[in-house]
Amino acid sequence: MRVSAQILRHFAPIPEYAGQLVCLRSYSTHPPKARLNVPIDYGSHSLLHHSPSSLQANPAFPKSNSTRQNLFQAINSALAHALRVDERTLVFGEDVAFGGVFRCSMNLAKDFGSERVFNTPLSEQGIVGFAIGCAAQGMKPIAEIQFADYVYPAFDQLVNEAAKWRYREGATGGNIGGMVVRMPCGSVGHGALYHSQSPESLFTHIPGLRVVMPRSPAQAKGLLLASIACNDPVVFLEPKVLYRAAVEQVPMEAYELPLSRAEVVKQGKDVTIVSYGQPLFLCSSAIAAAEKDFDISIELIDLRTLYPWDRETVLQSVQKTSRAIVVHESMVNAGLGAEVAATIQEGAFLRLEAPVQRLGGWATHMGLVFERFNIPDITRIYDAIKRTVEY
Amino acid sequence: MMSLRCLRATALFRNRSRISAARGAGFKQARWSSVSQRPGSDHVHFPGAVNSKFTTDLAFEHPSTHPAMPTYRVMSSDGIIVDESRKPSDISNEEIVTWYKNMLTVNIMDLIMFDAQRQGRLSFYMVSAGEEGIAIGSASALAPEDVIFCQYRETGVFQQRGFTLSNFMNQLFANSKDNGKGRNMPVHYGSSKLNIHTISSTLATQIPQAAGAAYALKIQTLQNPNVTPRIVACYFGEGAASEGDFHAALNIAATRSCPVVFICRNNGFAISTPTLEQYRGDGIASRGIGYGIDTIRVDGNDIFAVREVTKEARRMALEGGGKPILIEAMSYRVSHHSTSDDSFAYRAKVEVEDWKRRDNPITRLRKWMEHQGLWHEEMEKEARSQIRKDLLKAFAQAEKEKKSPLRDIFTDVYEDLSEESKGQIKELGRLLDEYPAEYDVSEFEGGRNGLDELPGK
Repeated sequence: MRVSAQILRHFAPIPEYAGQLVCLRSYSTHPPKARLNVPIDYGSHSLLHHSPSSLQANPAFPKSNSTRQNLFQAINSALAHALRVDERTLVFGEDVAFGGVFRCSMNLAKDFGSERVFNTPLSEQGIVGFAIGCAAQGMKPIAEIQFADYVYPAFDQLVNEAAKWRYREGATGGNIGGMVVRMPCGSVGHGALYHSQSPESLFTHIPGLRVVMPRSPAQAKGLLLASIACNDPVVFLEPKVLYRAAVEQVPMEAYELPLSRAEVVKQGKDVTIVSYGQPLFLCSSAIAAAEKDFDISIELIDLRTLYPWDRETVLQSVQKTSRAIVVHESMVNAGLGAEVAATIQEGAFLRLEAPVQRLGGWATHMGLVFERFNIPDITRIYDAIKRTVEY
Repeated sequence: MMSLRCLRATALFRNRSRISAARGAGFKQARWSSVSQRPGSDHVHFPGAVNSKFTTDLAFEHPSTHPAMPTYRVMSSDGIIVDESRKPSDISNEEIVTWYKNMLTVNIMDLIMFDAQRQGRLSFYMVSAGEEGIAIGSASALAPEDVIFCQYRETGVFQQRGFTLSNFMNQLFANSKDNGKGRNMPVHYGSSKLNIHTISSTLATQIPQAAGAAYALKIQTLQNPNVTPRIVACYFGEGAASEGDFHAALNIAATRSCPVVFICRNNGFAISTPTLEQYRGDGIASRGIGYGIDTIRVDGNDIFAVREVTKEARRMALEGGGKPILIEAMSYRVSHHSTSDDSFAYRAKVEVEDWKRRDNPITRLRKWMEHQGLWHEEMEKEARSQIRKDLLKAFAQAEKEKKSPLRDIFTDVYEDLSEESKGQIKELGRLLDEYPAEYDVSEFEGGRNGLDELPGK
C-alpha cells in the first residue's frame, strides 16, 4: 500500500525544537504560475540588514559590532541585557524557564537565576496581574503570554488595571512603568483559530497602554529595550512567523529605538503605504512589482508603535503623495487601518486624490485551510496600489 | 472593584428592606433566611461560616500535615486485581476486549499520525500516549446521551463513543467531510451525534461551560420529567486547572448544584512545566474539597478503576437533583506535548522510558486479559495489523478528499452572512477572477465557484 510504505518508513529524529506550533506542512502553498504571490525570500529581502554596512548606514543604530540574529535571538539579547544591567528586571511566563516555546528566553534562567527568570502556573490573568503587582512595587517585570490568542483571560488586568493605574493613582504618582507584556502574534500558515490572531486593535483602543510590533530582529531589540525603559506599560507583539525566518545584522551592544515614532523604510512620491509587522515584507514585494508596472514610486512606512502612533510622519507623507493605503493582517473591521484612514482623512483631506484604502484580514476567523485567502497577500496589496493610482 | 460591588449590593439590600417594610407583614421574605450570631454560642454562626467552633488554640492549618488523598485502583500494574471484591462484574469480557482494541486504535493512530506530521502530510498532531485508559475507561461509563466537553488529549473518548476512523481522518486532513469544515487545527474533533462539543485550543474555557451545560440539562429535566436525566462530563489537564476558569467553574457548579463530572487528567506536565511549578497543593483533587465538591483520585493507568469511579460519579452527579463531582486521574505523560514539542529538552529520556516500561494502561489491561485467557500474542498481532490496515485505509481516503468550498471562509461567523461579509466575498471573487495565476483554488470544492452561493445552501 502506497500510504503505508511512506508513513511507516522510519523517520528522522525530531527536528530542532521549534516552538509549540512550528511544523512542516503549511496549508499556504503558492501556485506555480504566480508572479506576485510568491513566498517572501527573507534571505535577501531589502527590509533586512544582511550586511554590517547596511546596518551602519542607518543612524538609528549604534556604530558597534553586529552579529547575525533571527528574531527570537534578538529578543533574547534584549532580555539578557535588561536582566544584566538592572537587577529589578524579572522575566516570567509559561514554560519560560526552559527557554520558552519559541526560544526567546533560552539560557536566561541559567544565567540570571530562577528567582528572576521563572515558570508561572498556566494562568494569563495571573501572569499579568502578577506583573502589575511587581511593577507597582518598583520591579521591571517582563511577562510572556505564550500566544497572543491566549491573552484574553488577562484582558481585565490589562484594560482595567494596567492601563488605568497611573490615571487613578493621580497625585500619588503611582505607576507601573517598566512592565512589558510580550506575546507572539500573527499567522504562520497553519495556526487556525487559536494560534494566528493579531489582537493589536483590541489594545490600541485602550489609552494608557503602549502597543508595539517590530518588523525585524534589529528593530525588535531596540524597540523592546525602549519598551523596558519606558515608564508606561507596554504590550509588545512579536510576529511569530519571523522568529526564525527573519535574520539580519543586529548591533551587539544595547540600544533603544524610539517609541511612538514611525519609520519611513522606503521613500516615494506617488503613494503612501502604512503597515507594521510581517505585512511590511508583503508590501515591499507588491511595491517592487507596482513601481515597475505603473512607473510610480511608493513610500512605505512602518508604524512600529501602534498606539500612541506617529500621526505626524504619516500625515507628512500623505501630504506629499496624496494617496494612501493601510495594510494589516488583523481583521479589517475596527482595525488599526480605520484609525489611520480616518486620521489621514481629517488631516490631509484636501490633498487626497483617492480614497484611503484599508487592507486587512476579512471580518472572519482564521480557518485552517483558508488562511492564504483570508489575510492580505502581495496580490491584494498590488491591486490596491493599482486601484489607488487609477482612481 | 470588590468594594464597589459590595456598595452596590448594600444599596440593593437597603432598597429591598424598605420595599418589604412598606408591603407590611404579609410579605414573605423567602429568598434568604436570617443567620445571626446567638449570644453565648460556642460556634461562629453567620453567613460564610455557619458552623465553625471557637477555639483558643492558635493553630494554622498546614497542608503538609494532611495526608495526600489516596488513589483508587482495582488492578495492579501487573494486571492483577488487588481486591477481589472490586473485580469488574457488570461488564462482559467482550466489552473489555473492545476497550482494549479502542486503546490500541488510539495508540496506533498516534504513531501513524505523529510520523505523518513529521513527513509534512498534516500540520500538527497531538498524541495521548499513556492517557488512553483515562479517556476510554471514563467514556465507557457514560451514557450516549450525556454531554461531553473535551480539552484536546481525549481522542479515546471519541473512539469509545463511536467516532469512526474516517471521522478522525477527515478532521485531521481538514477536508470537506470534516465537521469543522477544515477550519480547526488537527485533533480538534467534534460531533453533535456523539454529544461532544467541538474542541477549542484554549485551555480551561470548557470547564465553566460544562457547568452551564449541566445546569441546562438539570433545568430541562425539571421542566419536563419525561426527559432522561443526564450529566455533563468535562475533561481537562492539571495545567489548565491553574486558569481562572477552572476555579470559576467548580464554584458555580457547586453553588448551582450542576450534574457535571469534572475529569482532570494529571499527567505531570503542562508542556514543559512540571506540576511542582504548577501548584503546591495535593494535586487538583484537594481543590474540589475547598469548593464543597465530592472528589476522588484514581489511578489513570487502571481502566477498571477509571470506569468504576466514573460510573459512581455519574450516579452521584444525578442524585438529589444534581451535584458536581471531581475526578483526578493520574497518568504520566509519556508523550511529547505535541508534534511541535521535544520534551527531552526539559526532562530526561530515561525518566520517560522508565514510565513507559513500568506502567501503561494498555499493557496493564493486556496482562489482565492474558491472565484471564482472553488474549494472547497471536491475537495481539492480528488486532494490531487489522487496526493499522483500517487506519491507513481511512488515512488514504481522507487525504485525497477536497477541502471545503471557499465560501466557508465567511459562513458560520453569524447565522446569516452579514452585509459586510457579502461585500468581502464579492471582493475576494474579483481578486480571484482578475489574478487567476496568483491563486490555486483547485483543492477546494467547486474551485473559484465555491465562493459563490451554492445551489440548495
